[in-house]
Amino acid sequence: MKKKFIDRIREMKGGEILEPVIFPDSLDSLKTMAPIIIKQPYAIDYIHSYGQDSPWFAGLANKKLLGTKCCKCGYVFATPKLSCMECGAECDWVELPQEGRIHSFTVCHFGAEAFLDQCPFILGLIEFEGADTLLLTRLVGPNPNEANLKWVGMKVKAEFVQKPECKPTDVYFVPV
Amino acid sequence: MRAVYLVSGGVSKFTKARHDKTFQGIVKEAVDYTVNDLGIEYKNFLELTDGSVASYFSDHFQRQLMSGIMAQDYLGLCPKPSHRVEGGGATGGLAFQEGYKAIASGYMDLCCVYGFETMSHVETWKGNEFIALASDVSFDFPVGGFYSGYYAMMVVRHMKEFGTTVEQMAHVSVKNHRNAYHNPYAQKRQKLTIEDVRQSTMVAWPLTRLDICVMSDGAASVVLASEEGVRKLEKASGQTLPKVKVTGIGRGTDAMRMSDRPHKKVPLLSFEKEADYKNLKYPGIHSFRAGRSAASEAYKNAGIKNPMEELDFVELHDAYTSSEIQTYEDLGLCRYGEGGEMATSGKTFMPGIDYGMKLKEKPVCPVNPSGGLIACGHPVGATGLMQAVFALWQLQGTIAKHFKDEALQVKGAKRGLIHSHAGTGTYVTVSILEAA
Repeated sequence: MKKKFIDRIREMKGGEILEPVIFPDSLDSLKTMAPIIIKQPYAIDYIHSYGQDSPWFAGLANKKLLGTKCCKCGYVFATPKLSCMECGAECDWVELPQEGRIHSFTVCHFGAEAFLDQCPFILGLIEFEGADTLLLTRLVGPNPNEANLKWVGMKVKAEFVQKPECKPTDVYFVPV
Repeated sequence: MRAVYLVSGGVSKFTKARHDKTFQGIVKEAVDYTVNDLGIEYKNFLELTDGSVASYFSDHFQRQLMSGIMAQDYLGLCPKPSHRVEGGGATGGLAFQEGYKAIASGYMDLCCVYGFETMSHVETWKGNEFIALASDVSFDFPVGGFYSGYYAMMVVRHMKEFGTTVEQMAHVSVKNHRNAYHNPYAQKRQKLTIEDVRQSTMVAWPLTRLDICVMSDGAASVVLASEEGVRKLEKASGQTLPKVKVTGIGRGTDAMRMSDRPHKKVPLLSFEKEADYKNLKYPGIHSFRAGRSAASEAYKNAGIKNPMEELDFVELHDAYTSSEIQTYEDLGLCRYGEGGEMATSGKTFMPGIDYGMKLKEKPVCPVNPSGGLIACGHPVGATGLMQAVFALWQLQGTIAKHFKDEALQVKGAKRGLIHSHAGTGTYVTVSILEAA
């Protein structure tokens, strides 16, 4: 069957010119023309694999907080790394205590677009007994309008969401 | 290695949105400025230049891959060699040093480094999201992480560790905005008070809107040259160039995730002693190990022992008022823990400018005389090069010519430092420039 060729560009459906495009009588004045600005929507679903870090997310779904420990030098990562930053050896999975202390925090009154509707929320870095590095998490409980330095050092414990989504927000921390 | 000279530079005006030109047109503005200041014809410049380095950060903002080559062809630099450099906020500083390497190694005699960013293509909070993607997208971004939040957590720890205060941070904002009042290329030229800064909208406790730099559209460029390159340019322009020598470069890195930063000992600069930091675990999240590493390497190359005494000015990466204070310490302008006091002392202010407040001490080494990122704006790929341009003009003594105002000229400036910084301190560069 013979394919029918389109002999002219089809007018875009839904296209809309916001301002009338004015064209001057003389080409000389084109350099002073106002810029034409159009909107281009952009949305995409990324296929994101947690790769070697996947067990950490599986742990959260089962109310376990995992870290990794270097099998050579014993360095403990509270946010998992499967290759030791200190010596380059492989790390093994270990279970972390579910209680720790606030190492630092902030109250976000603004944020990236995806989180604007959740503001204000509290971010905290948690330190654990026996771990050499920290974990970034959400803190729930303290009043965001009463932020103060006394929160640093506060004892907190892990809570897990009822319906895990395999995101780091499946765990959050609350004051003990 | 061969001697490397910075011979010319130019910037576009940094502003919230440049809808009147595409990024190529904005880059051309900066390069035209650079070439005009050399006193040669553009065609001459194209004949003499051996190649270039393109500096820009985000493909997301542009929604255009390989923007670098589009700038290269628009500038008329094809088919000469070029490559793109990207390293977050330090992109400009890294690109500057790639240009340095091209000359020092003997690969080129004349290298043009141009940088740009057009951040107005998306709304501010989408822009914040794009920038937040420069943090771990498995563990940090999805928790609600974004850059002002990360820097807030870092300074909270600095406050806890050293007693740094929000008022000390506000001093940096007042200083830099006030300096920019005399810089026609700056985006925000404001006379502020400490109260203005603290009463401004809270973004991430304790950082307010006036503690944080703004997104910007802009470009900057420089020309780096070997001695042979300088001779070629001087022959073409028929005049002696007021050039500046790059006497040292240094770089450092740190882990992407703040949570991974170690807690160890401070790598000491020559004026520090181990006893100064008996109970300090370093860098933690309160300090930038990459900045210290970059500074010690650059000081070693340039033969600097006491930076505060031996530098006439510093242009550093003040994306946040807090990070200016933290960077004073990394650069050894003072010891760790003394940054807050340094900010209010007056030592880093410009002489002859009325900041509307009483300062204890006289200026010693002005920091961010241009107004820094906080007031000039931060069009990422252009930022580190903008610092190089302003530092060049300081060392040439040509600030009055370029700014049409002499208030920001550091009198008799012989040696300056530029500092470019990425992420939460992931890539940092330091370069030392000296009047030749």
